Amino acid sequence: MTVIPMSHGLILGGVLFALGLAGLLMRRNLLFILISLEIMLNGAGVAFVAAGSRWGQPDGQIMFLFILAAAAAEVSVGLALLLRFYRLHNTLDADSTSEMRG
Amino acid sequence: MMTFMEFAFYIAAAVAVTSTLLAITRLVAVHALLYLIVSLLAVAVVFYTMGAPLVAALEVIIYAGAIVVLFVFVVMMLNLGTQAREEERQWLAGGAWIGPVILSALLLLEVIYLIARVGPYSNMGGVADPKQVGIALYGPYLVGVELSSMLLLGALVGACHLGRPAPTRKEVRG
Repeated sequence: MTVIPMSHGLILGGVLFALGLAGLLMRRNLLFILISLEIMLNGAGVAFVAAGSRWGQPDGQIMFLFILAAAAAEVSVGLALLLRFYRLHNTLDADSTSEMRG
Repeated sequence: MMTFMEFAFYIAAAVAVTSTLLAITRLVAVHALLYLIVSLLAVAVVFYTMGAPLVAALEVIIYAGAIVVLFVFVVMMLNLGTQAREEERQWLAGGAWIGPVILSALLLLEVIYLIARVGPYSNMGGVADPKQVGIALYGPYLVGVELSSMLLLGALVGACHLGRPAPTRKEVRG
């Protein structure tokens, strides 16, 4: 039986989420934006599993499985959009989509 | 006295954070993806030490095995060269990254403060084995399983639709 405090698991999830958030905000390449989204989802999953592990219940792991399904769906559509974007603009710069003048 | 599992948790957590930090700062997409794989494998070790063996296996199989491979295929299809690396260097130069980093660090400090302050000192390590997870997944969470299967089907159809070559002007007029 391990005696790792639950707060350490939650903090690990928080650190991963913050790193993903920083990457999401500072990169202009769409591919890196998608990678950062994956990191953020993974950080949220770590927090769920840590909380589930605290009470020895399977619910946290089940939430992680749902996050996994959502991440897979998001990444498949996101990458298809990215390929489409690259064919259209011949770059991955997120700032190049300013045609709508929003 | 630290047991092996605790030791493994802290080492793997440090590896995960370091490799994630390297992944979001690389200039070349393939390097970032390789660091992302290391990060995901380290998180799988963390899950194992927290008493979630099924999730640790799925992290390796689905995250590191399927999702990152999808990224690698897309990078290969894009065929980015040294020009992309120069562009990337340009985008990251000039301190454009300082603001986001400070804001995220502030949020992280708040979260850490709240977690460290709240509640009694409680330990992890309650093991929920794959059998328990499976029983719960196909019992009370059955609706969620069905919904996520619909979500995946929708994503499949969406990706197929978006991935088709764009129709030429002539075909659109038809």
